[in-house]
Amino acid sequence: MLRFLIHRAMIAVLVALTVSIIGFALLRLSGDLASALAGDTAKPEQIAQVAHLYGLDRPLYIQYLNWADKALHGDLGRSLFSNEPVSFLIGQRIGVTIQLSLMSLIFALVIAIPLGVIAATRPNSWIDRAALAFSVFGQAMPSFWFGLLLIIIFGVTLRWLPISGSASFAHFILPTVTLGTSVMPAIMRLTRTGMLDALDSDYIRMARAKGLSAGSVLFKHALRNAILPVVSLSAVSLGFLLGGSVIVESVFALNGIGFLAFQSILRTDFPVVQSIVVFVSFVYIFLTLLSDVINAYLDPRIRLG
Amino acid sequence: MTSIEHRAALSLPRTGAAIEVEAPSPRLVMRRRALSHPGFLFGAVVMLLTILVAIFAPLLTSYDPYAQDLTQRLIPPVWSAKGSWAHLLGTDGLGRDYLTRLIYGARISLIVGFGAAAIAGLIGASLGLIGGYFGGRADAFVMYVVNVKLAMPGILVALSLISVFGGSVTMVVAILGLLFWDRFAVVTRSVTQQIRVSDYVTAAEAVGASRTRIILGEILPNVMNHVIVIASLEMASAILVEAALSFLGLGIRPPTPSWGLMISEGRNFMFFQPYLVAIPGIAIFVLVIAINMLGDGVRDITAPEGRN
Repeated sequence: MLRFLIHRAMIAVLVALTVSIIGFALLRLSGDLASALAGDTAKPEQIAQVAHLYGLDRPLYIQYLNWADKALHGDLGRSLFSNEPVSFLIGQRIGVTIQLSLMSLIFALVIAIPLGVIAATRPNSWIDRAALAFSVFGQAMPSFWFGLLLIIIFGVTLRWLPISGSASFAHFILPTVTLGTSVMPAIMRLTRTGMLDALDSDYIRMARAKGLSAGSVLFKHALRNAILPVVSLSAVSLGFLLGGSVIVESVFALNGIGFLAFQSILRTDFPVVQSIVVFVSFVYIFLTLLSDVINAYLDPRIRLG
Repeated sequence: MTSIEHRAALSLPRTGAAIEVEAPSPRLVMRRRALSHPGFLFGAVVMLLTILVAIFAPLLTSYDPYAQDLTQRLIPPVWSAKGSWAHLLGTDGLGRDYLTRLIYGARISLIVGFGAAAIAGLIGASLGLIGGYFGGRADAFVMYVVNVKLAMPGILVALSLISVFGGSVTMVVAILGLLFWDRFAVVTRSVTQQIRVSDYVTAAEAVGASRTRIILGEILPNVMNHVIVIASLEMASAILVEAALSFLGLGIRPPTPSWGLMISEGRNFMFFQPYLVAIPGIAIFVLVIAINMLGDGVRDITAPEGRN
């Protein structure tokens, strides 16, 4: 197991390194940083001065190493728009995004797993078909549109819930439903297929033959095996939610890093955009690694193999 | 006897070919499966209709999708009290005929969907074939590239690239193509791994066929089914993401009629004219459902016998 994990960790580091290089390239692609820093009215000499001051006249790989070295020490540069440190801006808003992502994932799991289990225990029944129809609908629903519909129905017509901002728990309900619905179908389908496979296996037939109760067969034996891929998918989904929250945060004006990234793109504030891209990627890489570890821990075939 | 053969045998007396004992040809089996698959039929019909509407857009409407008429602003659809038959789905905030914009918007969605899926399929399937066939270091490299791709927050990267390179349709298609190739690569790779140890590939190797010939002539045709199924799913995703990007103002640029952009423009009026948001949303929703069902249908229909 240790070899497996070391191998995975090495890949993760390599991927993280590559992502950081791509993120760095993204910043350079966005145009001449020195003239952006110097301002619109700057003369060529001033731009050259700024370029020299920030080390922008040095070879690219040295610039990258400098940037990476600073980033590793928590210095992600400053926003071109507000001149505040990027790490401060991210730190200020990351809580909102984490809360939204976690709530969405929990919301999705709480509905998708029971639905998948029930659908698998009664294949081709009406509830199975309903679950399938639900997942087809969920997959085809544009999340920003779904968000707007929720705003119209629950925010404007019924006036039950606030529709923008992140001041209270209630502000998170509509965004959570919107974002959670986008990952629910995949989790439901995976649970269902996993349960179908598990229920069809020899060990379940064995467990039933031994006369174990239906509940024990279902939850202790079948679900425990079916849930393994769902754990991986959940970790991956959380990474996706952190990056994908940009749309939902923008619809509901939730002040998280997705909304920050969106605003920064509009303001061509690329140091912020680049930092968020790299940050979200790193979290994703960490989460997939974590899911490998959890899976290795839960699954004796990996743990002992 | 599989269920398909069973069904075929039962249908024999009706067709009158009582002496025929041969198993039905694969083509026939597929046609039968297709016609008895409601999801596939629904998907195919909606898809076909959308394509026809997109192609014949100028014939279907007498309005210009760009022509503004400020005297005709925000007319509600025909079914509401103040609606008029002159504008079946009403007009938008600039007095443009909404049905016309919806019809022309189908062009954008389809171009983006087909284009992005084609680019993504080409990239992903090539990588998957290389990784799956050659294995070893080539495979490790392919998987590493896939991992990097998966780690990047796709929508954020697409938004930034579009803000840098501009939101022309070509650019949006190219950027979305770069966003959706990973599933092609992963599936093509694993299918290729299974096929390359099959007897017919071994036979081709034994008679001295070149690697290119084996990959293109033996493996690719057998991978194609899977590629087409994924292409439909990714086409649907591309249409959804294009709509989202355009909605955020960083996709297709106004005044081009894109469904996502129409929702974004209708958003300012959504409390009093909710149809401006509802109509293009339903269009996206129905098209995406249709494409997904078509893809699932193709997968079921082309599945080896007995798997259903």
